[in-house]
Amino acid sequence: MIESFFQYEFLQNAAITGILIGIVAPLLGVFIVVRRLSLIADALSHITLTGIAASLLLEKKVTGINDWNPVYMGMVFSVGGAILIERLRKLYKHYEELAIPIILSGGIGLGVILISLADGFNTDLFSYLFGSVTAVDRTSMWTVLIITIMVIAIVILFYKELFVLSFDEEQASISGVNGRWIHLLFIVMVALVIAASMQVVGILLVSALMTLPVASALRLARSFKQTIGLSIAFGETSVLIGLFSSYHLSVPPGGTIVMVAVIILVMTILFKKVRTQQWIKGEV
Amino acid sequence: MSNHPIVKMEQVSFKYEKEWVVKDVNLVIRQGQFLGLVGPNGSGKSTLIKLMLGLAKPDRGSITLYDRPIKSFSNWQEIGFVSQKANSFNSGFPATVLEVVKAGLVSRIGTFKFFNKTHKDKALKALRTVEMEDYAHSNIGELSGGQQQRVFIARALVSDPSLLILDEPTVGVDAKHVTEFYDLLGRLNKEQGITLLMVTHDIGTITEHATHVLCMNKTVHFHGNTEEYKEFNDEDLNRLYGHSVQQLTHNHDHDEVNPS
Repeated sequence: MIESFFQYEFLQNAAITGILIGIVAPLLGVFIVVRRLSLIADALSHITLTGIAASLLLEKKVTGINDWNPVYMGMVFSVGGAILIERLRKLYKHYEELAIPIILSGGIGLGVILISLADGFNTDLFSYLFGSVTAVDRTSMWTVLIITIMVIAIVILFYKELFVLSFDEEQASISGVNGRWIHLLFIVMVALVIAASMQVVGILLVSALMTLPVASALRLARSFKQTIGLSIAFGETSVLIGLFSSYHLSVPPGGTIVMVAVIILVMTILFKKVRTQQWIKGEV
Repeated sequence: MSNHPIVKMEQVSFKYEKEWVVKDVNLVIRQGQFLGLVGPNGSGKSTLIKLMLGLAKPDRGSITLYDRPIKSFSNWQEIGFVSQKANSFNSGFPATVLEVVKAGLVSRIGTFKFFNKTHKDKALKALRTVEMEDYAHSNIGELSGGQQQRVFIARALVSDPSLLILDEPTVGVDAKHVTEFYDLLGRLNKEQGITLLMVTHDIGTITEHATHVLCMNKTVHFHGNTEEYKEFNDEDLNRLYGHSVQQLTHNHDHDEVNPS
């Protein structure tokens, strides 16, 4: 892959995009997991699919729209879905998690109709579902780069607010943190990162890249900063090894990336078990 | 500044789904006091605290904090709060004691600014006050209930508040540590001059430590200093607490019992 990397632009695009989402997906994933919002990533990725379908349909039916990148429409839907989830969460105060299945199934329902109308069950769609090493073009690579810089900047700027909101919302509110505003900003970032990650990992597996590395990090980390560092390290490892094996095995990268993440997770669980047992033996 | 009123509530009422939970409460907390807020279950104690912290808005009446109407009050670092929820936080949360305590500085630091060495030192100092400095780098979830409680007090103390509000802080803490806990509160009140407001079920113990007592059951039934309160006989308590009287008088006789 190394020589081919310098030879083929599409490989560079995929690799660079992969490296970028390997940072931001687990970074936001840490906050998603500790706030027990893991399923939000799933809901948002499904509504992104609706956006892709809408874009494919428009491309087909409206003349003059030819080289639209469906990713942008995906982002619009994802962000819209994020805002809807927030509204629904407020509406169902006592059943906040209800917002997730509503948006998830609503998104898929509409998505299926749009895809069928666009006669779109083809390879194109397949690459959006499970990722592709060849689908990333230069422009979307730059888009992902911009999103990455933005997300990292916002997380650094609002680190203490995000931390206090995740740990204790009441405390955050007494500290004068504007929880609603920051939460909205956060969920919009999640929506953008999901749409950005989709081309490499695929819609069905994007939430895995946000949660599995964090699940592994939680087994080992003591502090919050360590959790973030380890999550990014695990996420990045999964993306790089995943992309490499995807290219060589000619299978969609979504599958290989997630399987590497699963292997890392199993390894951390076993590692922790062994270490705890050693600790018990050492103590007794 | 001593004796200066820092919290003032006038005719404050709050209703939850048509039912009045707090009704016509008048209350003044002065600098340097250690006020014990007691009352039976569902008497509106926690709601009163929430109103005071701006977490709930009164349906009637006015609240003044440090001479400012609560709406325009922004000096929140003056008030430290240890919530009842401190007992039930997500104990799997991946954070060290130091990280948790530093989070108490968020209001003091302000937006777009970062944690630095000074903040770390402040957090360590607050941990020293509650004798938890050795645990600074431990994971918060690995500590015992009593230790976690101390960490949450350190988090409330780290911004150098002049008023510390504690909502049932001894629930889930064993009897031996409850004594140590009250000693700590006594030191904060006498040595550092921090005004304390503590919500509790445990009338017996609080009257041994607090300078003032406020009894409420939706409305205020008694508010005065502890000496006056002790002259209240059981008949008065009976009248005050209605159905909950047995449990409460029981506690009055046996200080170590801690209902939860």
